Amino acid sequence: MVLRVLRSMIGLLLFVQVSVASAVLDIEIIGAGEHQIPIAIVPFGGDDLLAKTINAVVMGDLQRSGLFRPVDLAGKAPHELSEVSYPDWQARGADALVIGSVALQANGRIEARFRLLDVVKQAELSGQAVSANGDQVRAVGHRVADLIYEKLTGDKGVFGTRIAYVNRQGKKFSLIVADSDGYNEQTVLAQNEPIMSPAWSPDGSHLAYVSFETGHAVVYVQSLYTNQRTVLADFHGSNSAPAWSPDGKQMAVVLTRDGSSQIYLVRPDGSGLRRITFSGVIDTEPNFSPDGQSLLFTSDRGGTAQIYSVPAGGGTEQRVTFGEGNNFSPRYSPDGKGFVYTHFINGKFYIAVQDIQNGQVEILTAGGWEKKPSFAPNGKLILFASEARGRGILATVSSDGRVQQHMFTQSGDAREPVWGPHL
Amino acid sequence: MKKLVICVLLVNLLAACASEKPKEVAAAAPETPAAKETVAAEPAAVAVDPLNDPANILAKRSVYFPFDVSAVQDADKPIVLAHGKYLNEHPSRKIRVEGNCDERGSNEYNLALGQRRAESVKKMLVLGGAKASQIETVSYGEEKPKATGHDEASWSQNRRSDIKY
Repeated sequence: MVLRVLRSMIGLLLFVQVSVASAVLDIEIIGAGEHQIPIAIVPFGGDDLLAKTINAVVMGDLQRSGLFRPVDLAGKAPHELSEVSYPDWQARGADALVIGSVALQANGRIEARFRLLDVVKQAELSGQAVSANGDQVRAVGHRVADLIYEKLTGDKGVFGTRIAYVNRQGKKFSLIVADSDGYNEQTVLAQNEPIMSPAWSPDGSHLAYVSFETGHAVVYVQSLYTNQRTVLADFHGSNSAPAWSPDGKQMAVVLTRDGSSQIYLVRPDGSGLRRITFSGVIDTEPNFSPDGQSLLFTSDRGGTAQIYSVPAGGGTEQRVTFGEGNNFSPRYSPDGKGFVYTHFINGKFYIAVQDIQNGQVEILTAGGWEKKPSFAPNGKLILFASEARGRGILATVSSDGRVQQHMFTQSGDAREPVWGPHL
Repeated sequence: MKKLVICVLLVNLLAACASEKPKEVAAAAPETPAAKETVAAEPAAVAVDPLNDPANILAKRSVYFPFDVSAVQDADKPIVLAHGKYLNEHPSRKIRVEGNCDERGSNEYNLALGQRRAESVKKMLVLGGAKASQIETVSYGEEKPKATGHDEASWSQNRRSDIKY
C-alpha cells in the first residue's frame, strides 16, 4: 500500500507544469444516492491551513460520488483515537468517522495520518499515512478520499485520477489536464486554432489529440512528462478521433486520406497504418473495448448517426443503437458490459448508457447541451460536457444517474472532457 | 433575397465575360432579376480579374447546407460552378475549401460532416472545370462557428463551406 501511494505521488511530481491557472471553481452537487453512508469527517489537527484544504477536498470528493452523506460534527473535533467517544457519533447517526492530523515536515513534504473508524462496531477500519510534496496538498486530500472510499465501498477510488478537456475562450483554445474535481489545472497546449478529442494513453503518460494549428486537423501524441510530441497522422483532409488500445500498442484514428472519414489502426509512433472500415460514409469516434477485441464507433451509414461495433482487426460491423434520434460518442464501461454515449432527440442532447448484452438503454440526465461522456476508471462516475449559465462546463453523473455535479471553470467554455486512467 | 442577389450577380457575370460561352451559367440562372439593383452595379471592365470584382458572382465564396446534409443545394450551384470555371481559366490558382457545421452532433461527427461538405463543393468545382489538384479540402467541424447562438439563425450560418483563394 505504501508503495502504491509512493508510486502515485511520484507520478504526480513528474507532471510537467506548463502553467498553472489560479483555479477557483464553483461546484454544484445535484441529487443524492439511494444508499448513502453517513460519515463524519473531522478536520485534521496540526497545520490548520493544510487541514482545511484537505477537509474540503475529502468532503467534496465523497459527496460527489453520491455514496456518502456528511454528518454534522456539532463542535466535536477529536484528532486522536483516545479522544473519540463512539456514543456521541452514534447519537448523531454517523456510521463512519474520520480523524487525523497533518503536518508540513522539515523536508518540505506534507504528511497526513488518519484513521477511519466504524462507529457502529466501535472499531478502526483503517489507519494510513499519506505524503506528498508541499505544493500537492489537494493530492493528499484526494488520496485520503480514495482510501476512505475504497474501504467503505469495496470499489477503487478515482479521486486521485486526472481529467483532460479543451477550454475555449473566444478564439483561444487550451488543452487542460486537471484533477478529477477540476482543480489544479495545467495547460498542455494553448493556441488560437481549435483543439479537439484528447485521449489518454492507458498508463496516463501521454495524451493524443487533434490540433488545427497547421490549418487542418492533425493528430498528435504528447508526453505529459516531457511535453515532447510527435505527429501521429497528418494526411490530407482531416485526421482525428484518436483512441488507444487497452495495451497501448495500437491506436485507432479517423482519416479522410482515402475519401470519406474511415477508421484506421496505427501504432503510437505512426507506423503500421491499416484501414479497418470501408463504408464510404462517415465512420468516426472509435473506442476500444476493455479486452481490446472490438471497437464501438459512430456512423451515418443508416442515414443518421448511430453506434456500431466492429472487431478491432476489422470484419463484420453491427449496428448497436436503434430507435428514434441520433447517437454519438460511444465509450465502453471499464468492465466492458455496457457503454455510455450521447443521445440526441428533439433538439436536446442526453447522456445515456446501454447494456451490451440485452440492449437496455438508460437515459442518465435531464437533457440539454450534454455531450462527450466518459467513464471514471472505476465505472461509477461519468464525466461529460454540459452547459449552464450560458457557458460550457464540466459535469459528472453517477452511473446510476442519481447524483450530478457541475464544475464551473474560471472562464471560457469547457469542451471535450475525458477521464484519465489510474496512475 | 439570396436568390435575387445571385441573379443580379449572374447578369453582371454575363456582361463581364461577354466573349465567353455563357451557356452553362445561363442554364443555372434562376428567375427574375431585380431591376433596381442591376442599375446600381455596373459591369466591371473586362481587364479586371473578375475575382476582385465585388459585383461578380465570384465574390460569393460561401455555400450553405441544411442540417446533416452535405450536398450542394441548387441555389448555390451557380456560385460553385462559376468558381470551377474561373479555376479552369486560371490553372495556376489554388484554393482551399473549408467545411463547417452547426453545433448539433458530436464534435468528431461534425468534423467528418464538414469534410464531406468541403468534398462535395470540390466535386462540383471539378464539374465546373477546375482540376482536383487546384483544390485542398479541410474541415473545421463545429470548432469555428461564425455565429455563436443556440438557434437556427446561428446554425444556418454555420452550416457552410467557404471557398478561399
